[in-house]
Amino acid sequence: MARTILIDNVTRIEGHGKITINLDDSGDVADARFHVTQFRGFEKFAQGRPFWEMPSLTARTCGICPVSHLVASAKACDELLAVRIPRVAADLRRVINLAQILQSHALSFFYLSSPDMVMGYDSDPARRHILGVAQDDPQLAADGVKLRSIGQKIIEILGGKRIHPAWVVPGGVNDPLSVDERDKILAMLPEGFEIMKRTLSWFKGAVGSFQEQIRTFGNFPSLFMSLVASGRLEARKGELALYEGWLRFTNENGEIVRDDVDPRRYDEVLGEAVEDSSYLKSPYYKPMGYPDGMYRVGPQARLNNIIGTGEPLSNVEFMEYREMYRDSLNSSFHNHHARLVEMLFCLEKIQHLLNSKHIMDKHCRALAEPNELEGVGVSEAPRGTLFHHYKIDENGIIQWVNMVIATGNNSLAMNRSVTQVAREYVKADRLQEGMLNRVEAVIRCYDPCLSCSTHAIGHMPLDITLLAPDGRVLDHLRRDA
Amino acid sequence: MPPLVGVAPGVVTLKINGVDCSARDDQTVLEVAREQNIHIPTLCHLEGLESVGGCRLCLVEIQGMRGLVAACVTKVTEGMEVQTSTPQIEAYRKMIVQMLFTERNHVCSVCVSNGHCELQDLAVEMGITHVEIPYLFPKCELDASHPRFVLDHNRCVLCQRCVRVCDEIEGAHVWDNQGRGIHCRVVTGLDEPWITSDTCTSCGKCVHVCPTGALFEKGRSAGEMAKKAPQLPYLQNIRKGAARG
Repeated sequence: MARTILIDNVTRIEGHGKITINLDDSGDVADARFHVTQFRGFEKFAQGRPFWEMPSLTARTCGICPVSHLVASAKACDELLAVRIPRVAADLRRVINLAQILQSHALSFFYLSSPDMVMGYDSDPARRHILGVAQDDPQLAADGVKLRSIGQKIIEILGGKRIHPAWVVPGGVNDPLSVDERDKILAMLPEGFEIMKRTLSWFKGAVGSFQEQIRTFGNFPSLFMSLVASGRLEARKGELALYEGWLRFTNENGEIVRDDVDPRRYDEVLGEAVEDSSYLKSPYYKPMGYPDGMYRVGPQARLNNIIGTGEPLSNVEFMEYREMYRDSLNSSFHNHHARLVEMLFCLEKIQHLLNSKHIMDKHCRALAEPNELEGVGVSEAPRGTLFHHYKIDENGIIQWVNMVIATGNNSLAMNRSVTQVAREYVKADRLQEGMLNRVEAVIRCYDPCLSCSTHAIGHMPLDITLLAPDGRVLDHLRRDA
Repeated sequence: MPPLVGVAPGVVTLKINGVDCSARDDQTVLEVAREQNIHIPTLCHLEGLESVGGCRLCLVEIQGMRGLVAACVTKVTEGMEVQTSTPQIEAYRKMIVQMLFTERNHVCSVCVSNGHCELQDLAVEMGITHVEIPYLFPKCELDASHPRFVLDHNRCVLCQRCVRVCDEIEGAHVWDNQGRGIHCRVVTGLDEPWITSDTCTSCGKCVHVCPTGALFEKGRSAGEMAKKAPQLPYLQNIRKGAARG
């Protein structure tokens, strides 16, 4: 008898989503889908607004990664102004973007995913959250809180506030860095390095016990897409690039499928499919068509695509990461480790940038009227490559918007992963919370950011119903808020 | 109270919130209250422009008068007793500010005037954390045809400062009103794109007297449009001096 299991809501992710698992007559999983159940409409209601407003407007897409939207949007607006922004402006934007990635990765790893890793996937859901981690491993929990606060404080120092700062503007940033601000940020970094050292050491020691997750969590062939350094600026070609670069696609064997794609021409390589089951669009690699052109983005994709990070400490960690997972390149579980490597990179790169000679330059904004009617801004957000694409009229009023959000890129892969994990763990006709937690946990590997809300302490209600084809309730599991 | 004997012509005495004040008889209640450091909130009023009593935020209670009156257009009289703050007045003011928010689309978080907006300041001052009446969400256009300035009807409160400053100070009268009630809009020329106005001198006074983000300079992002209200009384005096030759 065919049945459907519904996980609504998926917990410990950012935003609202649900999962349906369809069972066939023999009780095995036939299919599973991840649905994003909210509709936002930014692309529509931005129409008619002046483009100068777009960075702040689109930053409201998200409360976790507003800075990523600020950066991608401001870059699209730079294109509309057709200016090359001052070097210090680009570097200050880099710093705030790195701080954003640092705090978001800390949220994902420590708050949302570490409860599964520390307490086990079958542990009591009432304790399986960051406060439970604080009881079982106080140091790890404290490190997570501290690391996230370092990222948030850097954003606050630069942008004036931690969430939705309006500092990044078309043409650059609206306020230069002061000596005092620089020194405050630099003083916070040593503790961050200590935390990363401890956490990497803990994770590398523990990863041996996650072989089952590595084998089953999103372990299937796909493409991986990210920006990599173009080699035109200070970084070597192919190194980790989070602010600007060219698009690279690699395959399941780590071989480059396509390289040096100007991100402004993303629509030549990426198509966007719409599925009935979700408000999330499903982008795909055009030359391979839909849905075969499935690709993944995010920390793992970035590390799969690069030749090195370009910073000494994180590069050593990157080499070790690459060596450790040479035979399991495709497992989405590696996103957790990749996040740790990237957090270390963020700290190093922030230190590097703030110690450069020109970082205190006062001229940090290029002023111009709109000179182009179309602009694309691309950057790497914590969850992957983020595209903002605007068209304006001659007065600077937005006529058309397309945003390809980092999480959206992973839409097809998340569905595939959910199906894979469900097939592996959900077989019996009696539901067990732990097996469904694994289905949620694979989604957490991608750290999807479905809206501007976060439900970080595992207090979202979880309601799973097992239905017979005639609608009879066969089984029901509920975790109250 | 009967007039005091021996007071010079043109001078009156009155009470505001129980405080005895003396004033010239050509002054308004608002002017006298401000001289006495008694706060009365305003929005459409701007020193140096003719008052129109449009926004009704400066409503005060005067003993012996029916209803509430606008302090900015009510002249003081001998023996007047004024109350600037009563529970009824406070409730009316709160309702007025809430209605201003609902009548157009005021999205502070992304507005160019965020942090520098008189409407926002009023809401903070009155402790308005929520709006209790339904928003109308009208569809409003922008006029960005002017090379330096933008008009955003979404943020307009119809205070008429732009209309008055352009007429009374600049003498260009580019701005005026069109429509009535909820359909009222400020317009340039005969409701033509701003750029086509032959009389606009691009002086920018309208932009800088605007209390909200309805008029702003191009190229400003969220929170970047701090207005520099021109010294209008000074400008008026220069104009009068010039007229006298």
